[in-house]
Amino acid sequence: MNHPQPPETSDKPLATGERLPKTELKDFGPEAVKEILAIAAKYPDKLAATLPALHIAQRDFGFVGLDAMKAVAKALSIPEGHVFGVASFYSMYQKHPVGRHHIQVCTNISCALRGAAKLLEKVSERTGVEPGAGPSADGEWSVEEVECLASCGSGPCLQVNHDIYDEDVDEAKLESILEGCKRGEYRAWAK
Amino acid sequence: MAIRTKPDHQRYTFEGFGSAKYPNLMLRGAGDLNNWPLAVYESKHEGYAGMRKALQMEPGAVIEDVKTSGIRGRGGAGFPAGLKWSFMPKDTAERKFTRYLVINADEGEPGTFKDRAILEYNPHQLIEGCIIAAYAMQANTCYVYIRGEFLWLIEKLEAAIEEAKAKGYLGKDILGSGFDLEILVHRGAGAYICGEETALLNSLEGRRGEPRVKPPFPAAKGVFGAPTTINNVETIAAVAPILRMGGAEYAKLGTPKNTGTRVFCLSGHIKRPGLYELPLGVPLDFILNDLAGGSSTGKKIKAVIPGGASAPVFSEKEFSTPMDFDAVRNAGSMAGSGGVIVLDEDTCMVQACLRLIRFYAHESCGQCTPCREGCNWMEMILHRIEHGQGRTEDLDLLASMTPNIAGKTLCALGDAACGPMDSILQKFRHEFVHHIEHKTCMVSGHRLLAHVGAH
Ligand SMILES: Cc1cc2nc3c(=O)[nH]c(=O)nc-3n(C[C@H](O)[C@H](O)[C@H](O)COP(=O)(O)O)c2cc1C
Ligand code: SF4
Ligand code: FES
Repeated sequence: MNHPQPPETSDKPLATGERLPKTELKDFGPEAVKEILAIAAKYPDKLAATLPALHIAQRDFGFVGLDAMKAVAKALSIPEGHVFGVASFYSMYQKHPVGRHHIQVCTNISCALRGAAKLLEKVSERTGVEPGAGPSADGEWSVEEVECLASCGSGPCLQVNHDIYDEDVDEAKLESILEGCKRGEYRAWAK
Repeated sequence: MAIRTKPDHQRYTFEGFGSAKYPNLMLRGAGDLNNWPLAVYESKHEGYAGMRKALQMEPGAVIEDVKTSGIRGRGGAGFPAGLKWSFMPKDTAERKFTRYLVINADEGEPGTFKDRAILEYNPHQLIEGCIIAAYAMQANTCYVYIRGEFLWLIEKLEAAIEEAKAKGYLGKDILGSGFDLEILVHRGAGAYICGEETALLNSLEGRRGEPRVKPPFPAAKGVFGAPTTINNVETIAAVAPILRMGGAEYAKLGTPKNTGTRVFCLSGHIKRPGLYELPLGVPLDFILNDLAGGSSTGKKIKAVIPGGASAPVFSEKEFSTPMDFDAVRNAGSMAGSGGVIVLDEDTCMVQACLRLIRFYAHESCGQCTPCREGCNWMEMILHRIEHGQGRTEDLDLLASMTPNIAGKTLCALGDAACGPMDSILQKFRHEFVHHIEHKTCMVSGHRLLAHVGAH
């Protein structure tokens, strides 16, 4: 085939045999385990706590690498293979480190009609990182292209660290968002 | 936990909204960030009146009232809610069931942003609806599955649940009725497919969000193996006004088989985008031109996606379609989730199509071959057409693919990809031909794709 391939989406799945980066933390602290078990107790089956536990893992480990997945399996006494399968299925679990400000830009159709492609490029240019390419050298920024965030009427929109959305983002608004990040006005990543 | 103080940018009202012609049942107080607490809901919006009425009735009578109202599901398929509820098995002398109510707040359909407004401004209306629905079906646990990105809304809903608990509206023996209910919030983790009801159940159980083979249907075997009913946020929130005003009164709104109001989400090239709660059956062109001010760019409107990204595209001759489930289906599309996406004359339909198909290729769960392979191939073929490397036979190739995907997959995501593909190819074939012959867009007023620099 000699035609151009579509670009990889920025939350690209893990390649076969790909090694996940290591985390500093190797296991949950006792508090986190207690928290996870308390969540598990709310469901008829503890397996149901897999997603919430992975959110906690992302909070504590910074991203969901192999050690985080193993820690979840251990805390819930469920098979590691199950946790790997779940963690790799969902795009909100970052398998690689992200910047202190992780910016997710919606580029789906409604936002695209209102200039999301340009916005994504602008975000990339202003932060100096490619979408999906891992954090900037100073660890400050990472950028990801995401599908519809349910803010279509006020697009283009983006989300910083899963905080409340920023909507109708034009160039001036983007500058104030980046300033706001530097001033610490957003939620800390995964907290 | 932080309750939102940052104003939002949505538009919730239009001239005449709130009058008898355009009643406001779903968006009361929307736009006002202080609207969410229980005290406001009760003092200003007749809050929990429907619940009080329901708890005095027999559960079966509540289902009957919802059937009388005629409300059809607002999540996508438009299935009558009362009928769905009546599929839940009843306890017998030999067998007692654990039943679950699950609320679908995944809101992932591109072009749809209505459930979010209900969660933001009227979380208590959803809670009230949950209590009524759970009582009607005698379910003692309700899970609200909310997409992971709505973190602040999850926090808000949890705060509202605490308020309702403190008032005795949730928990054991609600208002002395002997009925117990607990509402639990479950956070998703970013997967469009988890909006599909059985994928959602798997996700709720802690698994990958892969749709299940049906039957068994959720009413027989749902979450944790127990009978389950899944409804969209808007459907359940509408149950509160239905009980309050009575099903017969609600049924007077809209058209006979398409009753009530629904919240349309207008986005794209439209002057006043936002949420428009309207009785079903209002013509599309009236909504676009008279209520929302027409195109935002000054260019003519070329195409409209009438029911979220999964709905086949309308071109000009269908713009007069009344917006209800049946009329939109008869016009060749689907009313779906109520997301109305407007595309003006300067939009390249090849790019728009590629953007839509890329979404489905990305979000396919990969379980069935026609969807997994088909969506990826459609994306690749569209990509090469967009890049000026298309071949004449590509159009027939694309047209030959959809019959092998639609109707041959486990869930409706396969069909959702084929609807837009087929309709765009049929109605805007000349743009594809132009692309292939001239290796560039026929119109290129808007660039819809990042990193596409071929022309
Ligand atoms: C791929 C796919 C995605 C869906 N996404 C959603 C969604 O985000 N929200 C929703 O309420 N329904 C969604 N649905 C529809 C649900 O499967 C289901 O029909 C609906 O939640 C039922 O609720 P209702 O009867 O109240 O409409 C989706 C369906 C499919 C096939
Ligand atoms: S149609 Fe697609 S999304 Fe649905 S089950 Fe099959 S592969 Fe998964
Ligand atoms: S398309 Fe961007 S938020 Fe829906």
